[in-house]
Amino acid sequence: MNTQLKYKFEMKDISIEFPGVKALTDVNFEINSGAIHALIGANGAGKSTLMKILGGVYDHYTGSIELNGNKVEIRSPRDAKKLGIEIVYQEVDTALIPYLSVAENIMLDVLVNEMGNRQFVNWKQIHAAARKTMERLGIQLDTHTLVQSLSLAEKQMVLIARALAGERGFLVLDEPTAPLSQTETDELFRLMRDLAYNHGVGIIFISHRLPEIFDICESVTIMRDGHVVATQSIESTTKKQVIELMLGHRFDETYPKTKVDIGDILFEIKNVSEADGAVTNINLTVRAGEIVGVAGLVGAGKTELCKTIFGALKINSGEIFLKGRKLTIKTPHSAVRQGIALVPEERRKEGVLVEEPVYINLSMASLDNFSNSFGFIKPHAEHASAKKIINDLGVRTPNEYQKLAFLSGGNQQKVAVGKWLISNADIYIFDEPTKGVDVGAKHEIFELIGRLAQAGKGIIYASCEFPEILGITDRICVMYDHTIVKELKTADTSEEEILFFSTGGK
Amino acid sequence: MNTPVSIISKVRKPKIATILLDFLSKWGTVLTIVFLLVFFSFKMPTFMSSANMVTILRSISIVTVIAIGITISLTVNGFDLSVGSVATFADSLVISMFVWYSFGPVLSVFLALLVCLLVAALNALLIVRLKIPDLLATLSMLFIIEGVAMTYTGGGSISEGMPRLDGTPTLGKLDPVFRLIGQSPYIIIIMLVLVVVVHIFLNYTKHGRYLYVVGGNLEAARLSGIPVDRYRALAYFLSTLMAAIGGLMLAARIGSAQINAGAGYLMPAVAAAYIGFSVGGVGRPNAIGTLVGAVLVGLLENGLIMMSVPYYSLNIVKGAVLAIALASTYFRKK
Repeated sequence: MNTQLKYKFEMKDISIEFPGVKALTDVNFEINSGAIHALIGANGAGKSTLMKILGGVYDHYTGSIELNGNKVEIRSPRDAKKLGIEIVYQEVDTALIPYLSVAENIMLDVLVNEMGNRQFVNWKQIHAAARKTMERLGIQLDTHTLVQSLSLAEKQMVLIARALAGERGFLVLDEPTAPLSQTETDELFRLMRDLAYNHGVGIIFISHRLPEIFDICESVTIMRDGHVVATQSIESTTKKQVIELMLGHRFDETYPKTKVDIGDILFEIKNVSEADGAVTNINLTVRAGEIVGVAGLVGAGKTELCKTIFGALKINSGEIFLKGRKLTIKTPHSAVRQGIALVPEERRKEGVLVEEPVYINLSMASLDNFSNSFGFIKPHAEHASAKKIINDLGVRTPNEYQKLAFLSGGNQQKVAVGKWLISNADIYIFDEPTKGVDVGAKHEIFELIGRLAQAGKGIIYASCEFPEILGITDRICVMYDHTIVKELKTADTSEEEILFFSTGGK
Repeated sequence: MNTPVSIISKVRKPKIATILLDFLSKWGTVLTIVFLLVFFSFKMPTFMSSANMVTILRSISIVTVIAIGITISLTVNGFDLSVGSVATFADSLVISMFVWYSFGPVLSVFLALLVCLLVAALNALLIVRLKIPDLLATLSMLFIIEGVAMTYTGGGSISEGMPRLDGTPTLGKLDPVFRLIGQSPYIIIIMLVLVVVVHIFLNYTKHGRYLYVVGGNLEAARLSGIPVDRYRALAYFLSTLMAAIGGLMLAARIGSAQINAGAGYLMPAVAAAYIGFSVGGVGRPNAIGTLVGAVLVGLLENGLIMMSVPYYSLNIVKGAVLAIALASTYFRKK
């Protein structure tokens, strides 16, 4: 039945550097047509970088790529497309054009690249071709529907259909199941199996979800710190082994965990769900002086949890108590007034004003403290507090007048944290506070969090960096699939256990 | 071996250019004003007379006040295009209060401002609640208010003694004290006071700071606990208030309501506000800069008229000034 030719891509000794970082070192990777191969690794292991090289996004790598033993050049997305490689990135919405129809989106490559000198579009032909592709994939959608009215899973199907409209031989799916429900995931898997086994497509499946990988893939490549550590067939390995390989041996960072006496329950979340299901049924308590970690992989819903508590997303049901008093949180404004502070993940987008000087950034969440009853700002108090924070946090800036854009990422993060220190909140929520921060600045941020705990504040620390969570928290809530699946005591757990639960283990 | 030399010159040249460009972007407007003053007084000896200087200041005062309104809408990264129409509307309203209803000056002014603030509420509704992009929302308001003003006045003009559209004779007179607002030095004093008040409000109060924070990064402002919707609405209330005050000054100056009397102020006001961005290196919408921008535009207009450039050609110059101002604001942004 399977008469397709066998293709084999080999990536040999691939290395790539970005300013200051060696992202990949001598990576060897191969894929075959007609097979589903998993690529797994912790955040920052280099999976996406490797796939971007295959997709022609980067052209400054070293090493070679061979197709059936013949050397090929992939230095641009066009090169990759010509060789039949298509990548379906995680954010489906960035790759689709919402106000065009399903057919136009599926046939976009044809419309853009294969029109030649023709100026008029043969719509009949486009729709027929789109229908044919969808039929082949068993997708049932009207080709005239606008993409903006589709569900997330349908959008993903459209993207996959686009990827295969031009008879692609290889398909890379980057975390396709993260936003999908169980039935949608099943549908996707049916499609993937059909493509691989009946149409000879080679599929690379990137996922953080181990059960899925063991369900659908034949083999798995594990990456860590820019290296491929192992490639194994699924039958010959176990989940536990994969987790161990993912974690490997890491540098032992030291975490300045301060000993704090933990007090009474300060903050309590009961059965909270977000209106659009970004998080469901969250139960969480924080005691005074306690640092509670929220661990989970990308897409588990940590950021959404933080934002829901903070009123930036809509709370649908459930109750939140602070010091025994029930809170009504409708907007971040009301959350802040009631004593909650959030240091958001995307600090440039959500946390700071890059075009404004440091002191304005530091006072923006607490300007009431620095203004008199007529609303006039007291400049001396404002500047004095800015200087104090700069000094306390070791923000590297010549003075408080420096525009934030001129500070390094780590120092910007310190400013994003620092602006809440003045505001006297009771609960501090940190969402990936060490993202893009160097080791020294990390250390200072940890110390800072420790000081807050010492002062009797309650801390929620969300991160996908498990060593950090283990290093500084007292208790850990593990998230998977938009909810908290397990609560662990930091002292009695391990990275393996956290990873086990955050990849869907039960 | 001339390689090292060429390397050095390569390194140095952009540096000097950067410093120069930096200086020009900060003080270019002021330099241009000085240049224009010298140029015009060289061409026309009467230009520098104190009488003409007062004329220029008087002529820019309405533009400046309306431009201050635009400036406030710019602080929240918005844009209020409806200010010209609001000025027309305020003009029509206040004149009608005097001429049609013979109200006193305080009541007339109060009612005119109050009705104009309804426009602000509509702007805020369209932009903040219904989430229409600022430019488009205020563009539709521009037409709506223009139409409302025309409909209200029955064609656009009202003046003392002129009967109403249905033939009713009118008996009201403009209050002489109100007319004084349109004369120098009062009109100039009002402008300067408003500039100073708005400058203090934007730079020394927390509300002004919040406006800038909202404009700088809406999401960061929201996540810092600032009630962003409230402050965006406030910005549009203030911009409309400024435009309405501009309209009242206009009414006092011309003593009548005219068809689309305020429309012509929109363009120079936008130019003044944008020129004001970079004055002194502030790098954001600000009241003092806007005043300087208005001075530049007014100077240019006055000088060119005195040099007998026909009024219908002035728009070319004004448009070009706006383009240059916008270029200087946006060109250096990444």
